[in-house]
Amino acid sequence: MIDFIQMIVSGIAVGSSYALMGLAMVIIYKTSEVPNFAQGEMALISSFFAMMLLTSFHLSVYLAFFFTLVFAVLLGCFLEFAILRRAKEPNVLGMIVITIGIEMILLGFVSWKFGAEQKTMPFPIGPYDSLIIRDIFISKLEVLTLVAALLLMIVLFLFFKFTKLGLAMKATQQNRVAAQIVGIRTNRILMITWGISSLVGAVAGLLISPTIMHPYMMWDPMLKGFAAAVMGGMTSLPGAVVAAYLLGIIENLFGGYVSIEFKTVVAFVIIVLVLCIRPSGLFARHYVKKV
Amino acid sequence: MDMKREYYEDIQLLSSPVVIFWFVVLIVSLYLFPLFVDNYYVYVANYIAINIIVATGLNLLVGYTGQISLGHAGFFAIGAYGTIILMAKAGVPFLLALPCAALVAAGFGFLLGLPALRLEGPYLAIATLGFGLTITQIIGRMEIFGGREGLHAPDIIIGSWVLDTDKEFYFLLITLTILLLLFMRNLIKTRVGRAFIAIRDADIAAQTMGVNIVYYKTLAFAVSAFYAGMAGGLYAFVLKFIEPEIFTLMMSIMFLAMVVVGGLGSMMGSIAGAALLCWLDLKLRNILDIPYIGDWLETLSQNWFSITGVSNIQFIVFGSIMVLIMLFEPLGLYGVWIRTKKYWRTWPF
Repeated sequence: MIDFIQMIVSGIAVGSSYALMGLAMVIIYKTSEVPNFAQGEMALISSFFAMMLLTSFHLSVYLAFFFTLVFAVLLGCFLEFAILRRAKEPNVLGMIVITIGIEMILLGFVSWKFGAEQKTMPFPIGPYDSLIIRDIFISKLEVLTLVAALLLMIVLFLFFKFTKLGLAMKATQQNRVAAQIVGIRTNRILMITWGISSLVGAVAGLLISPTIMHPYMMWDPMLKGFAAAVMGGMTSLPGAVVAAYLLGIIENLFGGYVSIEFKTVVAFVIIVLVLCIRPSGLFARHYVKKV
Repeated sequence: MDMKREYYEDIQLLSSPVVIFWFVVLIVSLYLFPLFVDNYYVYVANYIAINIIVATGLNLLVGYTGQISLGHAGFFAIGAYGTIILMAKAGVPFLLALPCAALVAAGFGFLLGLPALRLEGPYLAIATLGFGLTITQIIGRMEIFGGREGLHAPDIIIGSWVLDTDKEFYFLLITLTILLLLFMRNLIKTRVGRAFIAIRDADIAAQTMGVNIVYYKTLAFAVSAFYAGMAGGLYAFVLKFIEPEIFTLMMSIMFLAMVVVGGLGSMMGSIAGAALLCWLDLKLRNILDIPYIGDWLETLSQNWFSITGVSNIQFIVFGSIMVLIMLFEPLGLYGVWIRTKKYWRTWPF
């Protein structure tokens, strides 16, 4: 029984980092309908930026993290402004290819600048500081990730629901021309969206970096986060978070009871099955395209 | 001048005596070329030819049928492992094992095509991506596939001809490549090819016109997977040794990049894209050996970057090519070629 609860708790813990990446993807997709494959590498470059500030410039942790988040927002805005906005006749495939291109550029840059070997992040909480509550282990970092994921989800949910900017973002997604007619500067909205999304991704990157820090560290969280976002319906913030926790828990239970070897792929098998039954994910209404 | 007056003119392979002449010159020079060059260049040609096969296959799916796939490394792996296992464990001759393995890949392509009937855009991307990753993981964990240690390719023996050098393999490979390309070109010009294009342009409209979407979409996946499987089986003999680490997500991305850089919906484009990216890939692996730029990059890396990560510049180059092509010439290299041709035809106006 303890094993079972331990697996659920670890599943929730690992699901939190998927949830953060999933949230970041959903924010961009919600507004611009671009599946952003560069999300992981945007978070990657932000966390290496934080490491550089901490080790080379010896800033205090809070200051370094603050600058990192500012850097992440600027990076997101810059990528949208410099690349995404310049795309001619954008279609889904073209956008996917552009974001994959951005991903490769950022990945190449980070591994050129810092080398491909494992680094250590001077994070205030180490990966092995853990709490033990009635025989259940959970590391402090995982608790922090969980809190961050839930907090960000709630803040973003309220933001999309109750602020003018959030409403404008929704309008931009639903009908860009109509949004422009009522006076929304859709270009600027898209830029802000990328900034916010990059910020959420950077939080995920910072929280992952104490345990694992090398140029490929974000691939697994990014793909799982993407999978969770797709499973949740790509446009639903709570959907992405719930799906991320589901994936994390199922992955851990599968690893514990069936086969530890195929633990990492079970998420994708689930995705394919879920998509076969509900092609638009669990939490989105099926949208039928007109001819 | 270019007006087509009857249906046959639209589908014929070689439209004029001049084209026939150059076609024959091309084929002959492709066969004679290994007699005059180093072994290394034959290896490069093999590598390029294999990627051309995958790129044309993927182009059928992405460029002609409008479905995205980020899992072609999976089909590639199935082809490679299938061929080697059929030859080594079951003693099947190469010329039979290769299409059998490719048919297995096509079967998996058919299976992947089934969920694809209901999915599009990012949903399809993640489903195919998951397929590719799953295949690699399964192959890496099973004993029959050699696990993490990988497998060695046996020698190819056809009749009494033992192909154990790159040059000998080149003749087999180039023959298969030409046959596969001709088949693909003809497939696209037929009823089937037009059905694919109709599905890409408007699937619901195509269905209304009587195109069987279930049949043609799964067929597109199966044919595309067959090409990837053929290429994978051949690739195993270029490398002589395969392990699961080769067939990564990065490989699927590179295949997609070849198709996009070359130009979606154009066979010449796929060939050009595959040739360009493969050549760059081989060149950039030893980036510090390139004259002039190499020295400059070395000092730059020592001063500002890390010297250990210098080979990762290839990712920057590939990424930039993908982004720039998509931004400035969505039709890829083929679009550049069309524009140049038009410019010179009407020059100086």
